[in-house]
Amino acid sequence: MSPATSDLLEKARRIGTETAGRYADDVDAKARFPHEAVDALKKDRMLGAGVSREFGGSGASIGAQAIACETLGQHCASTAMIYAMHLIQVACIARHRGGSAFFARYLVEVVEEQTLLASVTSEATVGGELRTSVAGVERRADRIAIVKNATTISYGANADALLLTARRTPDAPANDQVLVFLRKADYSLEMTGTWDTLGMRGTCSPGFRVVADASAEQVLDASFADIASRTMVPFSHILWSSCWLGIATAALARAREFVRQQARSKPGTVPPVALRLAEASNLLQLMRNNVRDVTHECEDLMNGEAGDDALSSIPFALKMNNLKISSSQLVVQIVQQALLICGIAGYKNDSSFALGRHLRDALSAALMVGNDRIYATNASMLLVLKND
Amino acid sequence: MKDTIREILREHGRLTPDARSLADDADLYQVGMTSHASVNVMLALENKFDIEFPDRMLRRGVFGSISAMSAAIEELVAAAT
Repeated sequence: MSPATSDLLEKARRIGTETAGRYADDVDAKARFPHEAVDALKKDRMLGAGVSREFGGSGASIGAQAIACETLGQHCASTAMIYAMHLIQVACIARHRGGSAFFARYLVEVVEEQTLLASVTSEATVGGELRTSVAGVERRADRIAIVKNATTISYGANADALLLTARRTPDAPANDQVLVFLRKADYSLEMTGTWDTLGMRGTCSPGFRVVADASAEQVLDASFADIASRTMVPFSHILWSSCWLGIATAALARAREFVRQQARSKPGTVPPVALRLAEASNLLQLMRNNVRDVTHECEDLMNGEAGDDALSSIPFALKMNNLKISSSQLVVQIVQQALLICGIAGYKNDSSFALGRHLRDALSAALMVGNDRIYATNASMLLVLKND
Repeated sequence: MKDTIREILREHGRLTPDARSLADDADLYQVGMTSHASVNVMLALENKFDIEFPDRMLRRGVFGSISAMSAAIEELVAAAT
């Protein structure tokens, strides 16, 4: 592990314990933005983690970023998810900026100014399909204009900048998309929905109407089809899974503490729930190994020669999708097991073994890009995949 | 062969323009082909040419244009004979 990576993970641990965890219940109760934790991430210059060192960033690999998200996820899943989503957007720019001087300057800017970047991929009437846009980029000389009705923008009101999908031009096919970078001064937001949800309440992700006017150089030239398959989808599935792994780890830590307390009160007998703990620890190992394995493979491909081609292949897409589906299911199973172990102590919100927030946060996992949609994509890919 | 590919694209590619008017090297993903549609194109090509695309060929580049598909099919047909 490089010194920059261990420094990043040490900061994630400290911010997790000292700040994110401390405010997690309040953030959850009030469905408010975790500004203490995000300010701490900014203060420790964590928002430039994925930017390479030549631009002043930490140059953290996807694996290191994943562990940072997992660490934060043990303390406040909303903070971890916000951090993950920011890192995903920065990775899209860093890996697909081409020769753009504007985006090279942006990478320096995100490190120096620690600006929080949010994603605007959802849109009314497209039904959650990432690779379809209605809004198009209107070009007038060196300016561009976009109006997009987003059904959800996580931390939209708290972000310093947006990265938005749109059709390359208003007449382009719905899946000929580009990414547009917008600074706060370039857009106005009109909130069109609310965010009073079961879990992940601190991500504050209501719908917004975005009206933007920006310079034409703020459009990434690369096709979004390539950005999605080579960076946005793998980064999302890996970093999201890492946040969920953090939730599962934290829930099981409470269950383990509960079982140890029981065991200490009656030395000589193994508490009956210890058996369930043994079961759940098995599931957690399965989940962790799956996340780690797919992350390593992805990291090798991203560093390797044949990377881009392999990253946009069907076998890799299937593996990524399977990671998302399995971790989103395992996190719920593990938290439920932990709840069964802790019993009423876990069910009570004011107990030190409380697991309500973990369970509610975990339930979002299957819905963030619905698992049924992903299964349908996998079913289609399996029609041509031979596994040879 | 390229005309056959164009016919298959017309039926399964869900492209915005008519596939018959496309240049051999036109980027199909920029004229509306989705991943889902590309799977249908693959299945129709496998059926038509009695071939199976090995997994190493199941990547965007291989199905991104008429000429790329044609080269892949020629390679598989040549290997089979």
